[in-house]
Amino acid sequence: MHMSDALLSPAVGGALWMVTAGAVAVSARRVERAPDARRVPLMGVLGAFVFAAQTVNFSIPGTGSSGHLMGGLLLAALLGPAAGFLVLASVVCVQALFFADGGLLALGANVLNMGAASCFVAYPLVFRPLAGAKPTGARLVVASTLGGVTSLVLGALGVVAQTTASGVSTLPAGPFLALLVPIHAVIGAVEGLATAALLRVLWRARPELAPASAPSRAARMFTVAIAAAAVLVAGLGARLASALPDGLEWSVARTAGAAPAEPAPVPLPAVAGVGITLAAVALLFALLRALRRRARGA
Amino acid sequence: MTVGGAGQLGSLGALASRDTPAARLDARVKVLATLAFVAVVASFGRHDLLRLAPLALFPLVLAALGDVPLRALLRPLALAAPFALGVAAFEPLLDRAPAFTVGGVAISGGAVGMATILAKFALSLSAALLLVATTGFDHVCVALRRLGAPRALVAQLLLTHRYLFVLAAEAGRSLRAHALRAPGRRRPTLRVAGTMLGALLVRALARAERIHAAMKCRGFEGELPLVRRGRPGRPDALFAAATAALLLVARAVDVPARLGAGLAGGLP
Amino acid sequence: MSHHLVGVDDVHYAYPDGTQALRGVSFLLHHGESLGLVGANGAGKSTLLLLLAGVVFPERGAVRVGDWPVTPATLPHVRRSLGMVFQDPDDQLFMPTVEDDVAFGPLQLGLPPDEVRARTAAALARVGAAHLGPRMPHRLSGGEKRAVSIATVLAMSPDVLVMDEPSAGLDPASRRGLVEQLQAFEHTKIVASHDLDLVYEVCRRTIVLVGGTVAADGPTAEVLARRDVLAAARLEPPLRLQGCPRCGAAG
Repeated sequence: MHMSDALLSPAVGGALWMVTAGAVAVSARRVERAPDARRVPLMGVLGAFVFAAQTVNFSIPGTGSSGHLMGGLLLAALLGPAAGFLVLASVVCVQALFFADGGLLALGANVLNMGAASCFVAYPLVFRPLAGAKPTGARLVVASTLGGVTSLVLGALGVVAQTTASGVSTLPAGPFLALLVPIHAVIGAVEGLATAALLRVLWRARPELAPASAPSRAARMFTVAIAAAAVLVAGLGARLASALPDGLEWSVARTAGAAPAEPAPVPLPAVAGVGITLAAVALLFALLRALRRRARGA
Repeated sequence: MTVGGAGQLGSLGALASRDTPAARLDARVKVLATLAFVAVVASFGRHDLLRLAPLALFPLVLAALGDVPLRALLRPLALAAPFALGVAAFEPLLDRAPAFTVGGVAISGGAVGMATILAKFALSLSAALLLVATTGFDHVCVALRRLGAPRALVAQLLLTHRYLFVLAAEAGRSLRAHALRAPGRRRPTLRVAGTMLGALLVRALARAERIHAAMKCRGFEGELPLVRRGRPGRPDALFAAATAALLLVARAVDVPARLGAGLAGGLP
Repeated sequence: MSHHLVGVDDVHYAYPDGTQALRGVSFLLHHGESLGLVGANGAGKSTLLLLLAGVVFPERGAVRVGDWPVTPATLPHVRRSLGMVFQDPDDQLFMPTVEDDVAFGPLQLGLPPDEVRARTAAALARVGAAHLGPRMPHRLSGGEKRAVSIATVLAMSPDVLVMDEPSAGLDPASRRGLVEQLQAFEHTKIVASHDLDLVYEVCRRTIVLVGGTVAADGPTAEVLARRDVLAAARLEPPLRLQGCPRCGAAG
């Protein structure tokens, strides 16, 4: 699920951009420090694979709806957290630019919700400990399913926290969570099952591709740092938002049925002003188009 | 996303390979202008619908200067809409208190809020799409590198974009083969999809090894060098200044209200 | 200092999974020669090419290119002398535009920007693809992709041009264009292919690989006329050496 530009405030969006930029920089340094030129095309092709995999919609048993792979957990299991995160960040970036999935301001939030949740939390803290060194059969399925649920639920929590902290939508956090979390738990379970199926096929066809080595202490520290930064930023954003009259408190008060303000008359001159503005913009647009058409014809 | 998605991605990128005034602008200037624009759009409050109007100037002028047909933007916008629409749809339900009245009819704060979210959605996402359609993904990547993005990330962006088309075509062939042999089903089951994607993944890894061999044969050491010349010139300065002026004015001055007041004052 | 350009001496190679791909292959190649490498699927053609380019190394025997034994330490020298065109242009062309891709090799050689530009333009012109420079590889036709793949290697000015299945997936007109180009190249060439008509037209000398060993080595016209060798290699004589299907006259 992509967080959208339209629901973010610049403060929250910008702060999450910073956190993401930091995480990308650290991951990139880690990937560049272990110079294995073989990994460059491998990571690129796996990014393209995640994209291609998302075009394959499969039916989810018993629901009549369909789903597709997200890929975060898979990438972490194949490449390790840092490289997996970098690949997922590039996938989210391409989605934002070509498919308008989320938008550019929300890019930071989306990379965190989708990449950091799976690569830096679900993989090292859930998948790895449960799967062990040589995951097979039931163990792999359990580890992947719980890992998938963890990443998707964390991502949903991120979306709710970011939306609420931004205060653009009036949707209060409680009902929003109640709406998103169960859905994402199901999507996460499906993601986990798909990841397990893929890993099983892969490790059977290519036994020499052992799972990525266990996360080091530094990797765990990094996980904690990312989580702390995200919580801190979300907390600050919420504080900031609630300090503003138009922020979180307002929406809570509003939905709690507090006394509404007197309705104001529609500012008719401003509406007329919008008409003039848009007419002027449209005129300029038509003029430029005509000029370009002439330039092309010439 | 659908299989058709890869086609959309190709067509948007192909728009940028034409020689247009917008395509000639420096990629870094366009990247920064787009980011600033998106931040300013987001900075408006929940009920600031009317104040967003002047900002329509940025995407429309860029589309005109880049010869980008508007329908190339509308399709992705429509496809991307569900989430923003879903959240926006709650606004009228949650916030029913009348915020404005016109001729005795009350307009709820939620209705205004919903319209504002939709307007912001259209403005900021069309700006992102226009960046690609007037610049081209490779130039965006070079710009990001020159603006300080890590080398490993830029290499990932380039390779992901390059092989997306190849792998999406492979996935499309698998799906077609499935459709031909399972005519009763609209889409594969989880089990079949797992096998299908597993085979795709195994082929993808083999491809990565072949690409690596091809790279090594041409002296690859880990860097993907791109040759892009040019530094910002006068048109770039003009574009940057115009964008900055638009964003500052739209942020600082309530343009529609001023215009409306001026109009009302000018009338007898 | 030897007179030959490529030397392969009793080379053995097994894949990581244990499959023996090459069992004692030897040959010498001189300046200006054009060598066709033919054999069934799995006969060891592609493996031999990877050994020449130093992508993998033999477990026994030695490979020399120019003055250099092919070892991890000499790879920079080997790659200046030997240019390899892979079978699938989508593997060969990994950069965002044709120009970037052709410039990739010269840039890795550390050449100055002007020289890189000149070489890129010359290589593209050489394969008739000068107009494709700013295009994206995934938007090219099969024949265009093949031509650009060859240009990416020509731009590095190799002494030996090595090609794996250059005519695979080409329509007849593109294939004809390729044959004419290859005939015009003065480079020393090694062409691995199932397309024996291509080999017949482009290469003066042919080696037949069967099960990882050399089954025949000699002038193309003679080797490709030996039906026993071709049958053992699961190949058919080129069409122009087969009898006329209408009148039955010998080719």
